[in-house]
Amino acid sequence: MRRFFTWNSLFTLVLAALLLKALVSFVDWAFIDAVWRPDSKACRAAGGACWGFIADKHRFILFGTYPYEEHWRPLISTVLLVALWVLSGFRFFWKPRLIAIWAVGLTAIGVLMWGGVFGLPAVENERWGGMILTLILFTFGVAFAFPLAILLALARRSTLPAIRTLAVGYIELVRGVPLISLLFMSSVMLPLFLPEGVGLDKLLRAQTALILFAAAYLAEVVRGGLQAIPKEQYEAADALGLTYWQRTRAVVLPQALRIAVPPLVSTFIGFFKNTSLVVVIGLFDFLSTVKTSLNEPAWTGFGVEAYFFAALVYFAFCWPMSLYSRGLERAR
Amino acid sequence: MLGLAWFLISNTLANLELRRIASGFGFLGREAGFEIGESFFLRYGAADSYLRALVVGLANTLAVSAIGIVLATGLGTVVGLGRLSGNRLLRGLCTAYVEFVRNVPLLVQLFFWYAVITETLPIAREALEPLPGVFLSNRGIFFPTLSGTPVLQGFNFVGGSSISPEFAALLLGLVTYTAGFIAEIVRAGVLSIVRGQWEAAQAIGLTRAQTLRHVVLPQALRVIVPPMTSQYLDLTKNSSLAVAIGYPDLVSIANTTVNQTGQAIEGIAIIMGVYLTISLTISAFMNWYNARVLR
Repeated sequence: MRRFFTWNSLFTLVLAALLLKALVSFVDWAFIDAVWRPDSKACRAAGGACWGFIADKHRFILFGTYPYEEHWRPLISTVLLVALWVLSGFRFFWKPRLIAIWAVGLTAIGVLMWGGVFGLPAVENERWGGMILTLILFTFGVAFAFPLAILLALARRSTLPAIRTLAVGYIELVRGVPLISLLFMSSVMLPLFLPEGVGLDKLLRAQTALILFAAAYLAEVVRGGLQAIPKEQYEAADALGLTYWQRTRAVVLPQALRIAVPPLVSTFIGFFKNTSLVVVIGLFDFLSTVKTSLNEPAWTGFGVEAYFFAALVYFAFCWPMSLYSRGLERAR
Repeated sequence: MLGLAWFLISNTLANLELRRIASGFGFLGREAGFEIGESFFLRYGAADSYLRALVVGLANTLAVSAIGIVLATGLGTVVGLGRLSGNRLLRGLCTAYVEFVRNVPLLVQLFFWYAVITETLPIAREALEPLPGVFLSNRGIFFPTLSGTPVLQGFNFVGGSSISPEFAALLLGLVTYTAGFIAEIVRAGVLSIVRGQWEAAQAIGLTRAQTLRHVVLPQALRVIVPPMTSQYLDLTKNSSLAVAIGYPDLVSIANTTVNQTGQAIEGIAIIMGVYLTISLTISAFMNWYNARVLR
C-alpha cells in the first residue's frame, strides 16, 4: 500500500488537475471564445481574446509609419537581416569572408530602407519603425559596441595605469546605472555636448546610448575570455618578437573570442531584450508600435492580447538564441 | 584624450550659455509644483521642493527594490529547486516558466501585468473581495489596517491602506522576471554539490528535504551568493522601468525635474550618483554575507 500511494503521486495528481484547469481556461480564452475578425465591437461583446486587434493593426505593428505601398522594403530587409544573423551562427562561416557578407547585406538593407536610388522613393529614417527598427538597433548596436568592447577589455588589462583607470571607470560607471538613465541622457544631454549646428536625430542618439551601454557589458565578457588565455601564450608570442598589436591580433584575441562566444551570445540576448527600452524616449520600435496601436479608440483595452502577442514574438527571437548559446557551451 | 575632453566641455559650456541654463544644484530648493501619485514613508505635496520630490522618488525605488529582492529570492529558490525535483510534471512546469520569463523583455512583461491588472479586474464598484475587507479592483488592492477598513465611496475606496496598480504591476513583473534568473543560479548551485554528499546524507538516514536543508544548501550558498549579488543589482536598476508604467520612482521623478528645469547634467548626475551608491551598498553587504558563508 505504501508503494502504491505516496505523497509524490498525490502531489502529481493535484498539480495535474490544477494545470489542466488552467490549460482549459486558457484554450477557452485564446481559441474557443476568441474573435479573429478585425471587428472591435465583436471583440468587446465576446468573452475571449481579441486577436482581431492584431489582424487589424499588423501592418502598423510590423512596419510602423513606413509608407504603406513600400512595406515590402522593410519586409525584405527584415528577412535579410534575420538571414544574416542565422548565417553568422554557423561555425562554417566564422571566417573573414563573414565580414564581407555582412557588408553586402547591410548595404542592400540601407538601399532598401532609405531608397532614393534605383527608382525607389526616398524614406527618411524618422519614418522607420516596427520590427526592422528593433533589428537595426540590435544589429548596429552589436556591430559598433563589439569593437569598442574589445578595446575597453584590452585597456582594462593594460599595464599603463592611466588607460586602465579610464577603462575601469567607464565600465563600472555604465554598468552601475540603469539603461533608461543613459537613454534619457542621450536624448537631453548629447545635444549639449555637440558643437552648435551639429544635430543628431533621435534614432542616432538612442543608437549611441545603446552602443555605449552594450560596450561596457560586452567588455566584461571579452575580458573573461582574455583572462582564460594562459600566460605561456603571451610569453611565446613575445619570444617570437611580436609587437603588442601583432600579439593581440594574431595570438590572444582569436583564442579569447572563441572562448567567449557562449557568454557573448547570452549578452546579445540581453541586449536584444533591452532594445525595447527605446519606447520610453519615443522611438517606434516593435514594442512601441504595439503600444501605440492600443491608443486608437476602437482598440483601447486590449492590452493583454497585445502584450501577449509581443511576448510571443520576442520569445521567438530570444529562445532560439539561448538554445544556440547552450548548444555552443555543450559542444566545448 | 585631453583634446576630446576639452572639446566636449567647451561645447557644453557654450550650449548652456546659449540656453541660459545656470549650472549648479541651486534648483533643488525651488518649489517642484508637480504631484506624485504615491509615496512610501514620506508626505509630499506639490508645494514641496525638488529635493523632497527626489527623496520621495528614491524612497519609492528602495521600497519596490527591497520588497522585490525578498520575493524574487523566495520564488526563485522554489522554482530552482523545482527544476531539480524528481517529479517530472513539476520539473517541466518550472523549466517552462524559466525559459519563458528569461526570453521575453522585462518591459513587455511589465506592460502585460499592468494590462492584466487594469483591464481584467473589475471596477471599484464591483470589486472582488477574496478576504473580508480586502478589495481587488482596477484601482489597486485595498486592505484594512489598524487605523481603519476600506469603504466604497463614489468611484473608489477610502480608508485602510492600498497598493496601486502601478506598484503591483512593477513588483509582479520584477519578481517573476528576476526569479527566472535566480532559479538558474540556485539550480547551478545545488548541482555543484557532488553526489557523494547526497549519498552520505542518505546513508545517515536524512530525508531528501533534510539533506537539502542541512547538507546541500549551506554548501551551495558559496556558489550561489556571488551571482545573486548581480541579480539584486539588476533588479534595483530594472526598477527604473517604472517610468514606462507610471510608478513614480527616482528616475521618473528626476526625468520630470529635468524636463521642468532644464538641469539635464545635474539630473543625470543625481541618478548616477544614487544608483552607484545603491550598487556599492548592495555589493558591500553581499561581500560581507559571502565572507560569512565561506567561513
